[in-house]
Amino acid sequence: MSAPTELLNVQIDGAWHQFPKGTRVIEACSQAGKFIPHYCYHPKLSSPGNCRMCLIEMGMPKPGPDRKPEMGPDGKPVISWIPRPQISCAQDIAEGMAIRTDSPLVKECRNGVMEFLLINHPLDCPICDQAGECHLQEYSVEFGTAGSRFLDEKVKKPKRVELGPRVTLDDERCILCSRCIRFMKEVAHDDVLGFVSRGSHTYLTAHPNKPLDSNYSLNTVDICPVGALTSTDFRFKMRVWFLKETKSICTSCATGCNTIIGTRLNTIYRQTPRENDEVNSSWMCDYGRLNFHYLNSPERLQTPQIRERDVLVSSSWKSALARAGDELKKFANGQIALIGSARMTNEELWLTKKLIETLGVAHHDVVPRRGEADQILVSADRNPNTLGAQLFGITSENPGGKLSEIVEKVRSGAIRAIVALGEDLTEIGLTVDNLKKLSLIVATGILPNDTTRHATVLLPGSGFAEKRGSMINFRGRLQRLNRAVQAPGEARDDWEILRDLIQQSTGSNGIYLIEDVFRQIAEAIPEMKGLSLSRISDKGVQLVEEGEEATETPASV
Amino acid sequence: MASTVRTPHPREKRIIFRNIDRPGWTNDIDCYLRDGGYAELKKAFTMKPEQIVNEVKASGLRGRGGAGFPCGVKWGFIKPGGPKPVYLICNADESEPGTFKDRYIIHQDPHQLLEGTVISCYAVNARLAYIYIRGEFPLGAKILERALVEARQHGFLGKNIFGSGFDCEIYVHRGAGAYICGEETGLIESMEGKRPYPRIKPPYFPAVLGLYMCPTIVNNVETLCNVKHIVRMGGAEYAKMGKPNNTGTRLLCVSGDVQKPGYYEFEVGGITFGELIYDICGGLRPGRKLRAVIPGGSSAKVLSVADRYKIKSRQPDGSMLEKEMGLEEVPIDFDTLAAAGSMAGSGGIIVMDDSRDMVWALNNINEFYAHESCGQCTPCREGSLWMKKITERMVHGGGTKQDTDTLKSVADNIAGRTICAFGEACAWPTQSFVAKFRDDFVAKSAGKENGNGLR
Repeated sequence: MSAPTELLNVQIDGAWHQFPKGTRVIEACSQAGKFIPHYCYHPKLSSPGNCRMCLIEMGMPKPGPDRKPEMGPDGKPVISWIPRPQISCAQDIAEGMAIRTDSPLVKECRNGVMEFLLINHPLDCPICDQAGECHLQEYSVEFGTAGSRFLDEKVKKPKRVELGPRVTLDDERCILCSRCIRFMKEVAHDDVLGFVSRGSHTYLTAHPNKPLDSNYSLNTVDICPVGALTSTDFRFKMRVWFLKETKSICTSCATGCNTIIGTRLNTIYRQTPRENDEVNSSWMCDYGRLNFHYLNSPERLQTPQIRERDVLVSSSWKSALARAGDELKKFANGQIALIGSARMTNEELWLTKKLIETLGVAHHDVVPRRGEADQILVSADRNPNTLGAQLFGITSENPGGKLSEIVEKVRSGAIRAIVALGEDLTEIGLTVDNLKKLSLIVATGILPNDTTRHATVLLPGSGFAEKRGSMINFRGRLQRLNRAVQAPGEARDDWEILRDLIQQSTGSNGIYLIEDVFRQIAEAIPEMKGLSLSRISDKGVQLVEEGEEATETPASV
Repeated sequence: MASTVRTPHPREKRIIFRNIDRPGWTNDIDCYLRDGGYAELKKAFTMKPEQIVNEVKASGLRGRGGAGFPCGVKWGFIKPGGPKPVYLICNADESEPGTFKDRYIIHQDPHQLLEGTVISCYAVNARLAYIYIRGEFPLGAKILERALVEARQHGFLGKNIFGSGFDCEIYVHRGAGAYICGEETGLIESMEGKRPYPRIKPPYFPAVLGLYMCPTIVNNVETLCNVKHIVRMGGAEYAKMGKPNNTGTRLLCVSGDVQKPGYYEFEVGGITFGELIYDICGGLRPGRKLRAVIPGGSSAKVLSVADRYKIKSRQPDGSMLEKEMGLEEVPIDFDTLAAAGSMAGSGGIIVMDDSRDMVWALNNINEFYAHESCGQCTPCREGSLWMKKITERMVHGGGTKQDTDTLKSVADNIAGRTICAFGEACAWPTQSFVAKFRDDFVAKSAGKENGNGLR
């Protein structure tokens, strides 16, 4: 245990405050309700102090002849003010420090910097993709002037530069804050960006023959305070002020980066990282960020289907569920296998466990997805909820360990029916011929594949952005997904499908809401005792102490 | 070259430039040794490093690069016995317009610089020094390289110099042609192989977090040469040259509208502008009158002949005496020029007579600074080019009524708000030209309204 941090007294605009030693001046001011505008400063990156927007007045108590602070007639220390304005982004507070954030000089500095930033900046906000979330726009309102004193021609710079496969640059909009350069160097460890030329003609570029193709490149777009760096995927698709923001998590690997899903009229337009220092700092990988387009696919499975005379035909949910229930009852315990998914939510996995128990399924496992951890954010486990699948017993310490036995038994005819939950059975080694030989396949899914095409009963489910639920990341953190859009057509929430499948055997079981599912979990699982789905905070809940169950080297952010 | 060689003026006191243009003098080590060279290095090794630091403190030597910071105080920032190596960098990036002194030391007397550098290394316990020479001095770099080879051959560099146990090596590092590399932290970044973006201070004071984040001393060529003479004379004796707080000699580079431009060396404060222009430099061209002087390189604030200067100076009895004087009576030293509202800077004195168009002159300076602004921080990057665009437009007849005030306001928004002193360097010319020659600027734009109708 470390000693409690020392508190220092700091005077901000005449009022005294206390902050822990080591607090940046800009952060101290912010905590005191005195927001200091800034462009280059980013709390997760080094401070170059180049934008000069955060200039403030700073002083220290004047030492008297006895080296103790000299006291004024008001009984307070006399402040010796530094004659030049100081940047607040690169200095820590000190005992007795005095700061002015609203003096005439500070206002003059901000006005001056704003004017300088705008003289060569294109003033075409209506056609700029950053409009609505542009710091230059925001601060113009507070610190800019309505007119311009600039009569001369603006500097011309490269436009529409493809810095890499996913990032497009407009150098004329760049205010040279260097956030992107520092991010690529300090966080992504891929130092490909830099400035060339000098003075007002300076512009941002990627190293020759080295495109900005890092799996973290789109974070530069997030931290770009202006419209210089834009996402090639998102730019000009939607005005940001129309976007509805839903807090959720990324499901592309076991890290579970916290996200904001931006949607309008039931369409997802973008996914951006949401700050959570316990998980992903302020970043996420490009792969995860862009891994939502499949939800907008026209191929999405939208209606339940059942096989009639070897052809899949649309059906009502009621008939499809009844058919699945009836067919499953025909097989003995050992004849049914269940292939679950470590991409499912805890609530779905809990109900899967109940389904396994109800049907007496002897063979069950999940499809493992392993890759290499990148030492930044991407986990070696590309399934978002392996820990959940293990916790509820859908799989073992060795995910996928039972799959070869299941495949073997399908081939030998010992297993005759499979419940495939969101997974394609060809991924576990079964061939289409194997699938054809099976007497029954009950499949859930969101996009067509060989399994859905050969299903006996096909039950269309929901994607990660279309449902609520929780997952446990590889560090044992319980986090919540929230519904950003509705699933297409008649597709349903997977937990409801599972509940209804169980009810085909058991009759009503008193589960009406997803909260009811979670309540059962919380009652049964000691680690989740006392929790409810809505009580999981936006930043999640740590279920096990760090290191206790974590099996991988954690991310380095 | 030969045609420009002149014998020193009798009023000069040549110490640093003693060998410059000296008949029969060559820049090889044999010539230097025949003249008693490297004797001060030997002498230095009989002293303790802190003794040398104390002598330099006693000498009152102030930095000759531009800022005039006391050299001994700077050296005192290096705490002995620290865990990191100490580096010494000789700033030979002489780039301030109007300044051309260091190049003559390098070209004609490189061993004086090397001797001063090794002594300084010994004083601050630096085992490694770099001479950062501007890219535009390829010949100077070559001469220094040869001088280094000679010095190594004679054992003035390398391991265990003169059996002192002190090891020292010097390398030449060539710049690539950027003015900002003369700013010490920009120079350090450049040496580290990066863009020469000056560092923020705090926390990156070179004496604490300098080259490779190690304690580093950056001294100008002329400053390091002075160290040799301080060791020779002793700090107290050295301090007798010049006047209190303005000791030693100063190399002055005179350019512009005088009959005999060139380099001169005088005791600091030992000469006034009038004496320099009329007695030493042969006066102005026929029929011309003095209009203005830029006293310390192009970034120093211009001084107008039309102004009176109230200069306070400390008298021998310690009292302060205020004297009002014209430009021609102003003595050239650090404190007087600061009191006159400008600075001694790099010693580059630019003389302008009444034929000069002040707007044109400012535009010429603005062009330079707009071109050389590194572009790291906003006010200087955008402001330097803006000022240049305004003065250029004014020069070409496109001035508007508001330009004069806008110019001043832009400069005011730069000075004091940037990472490094380039902000002042580019703002001071505009601030001072507009203040001193406002009528010239207003005349350039009379009657024309600002085109956009907003103000």
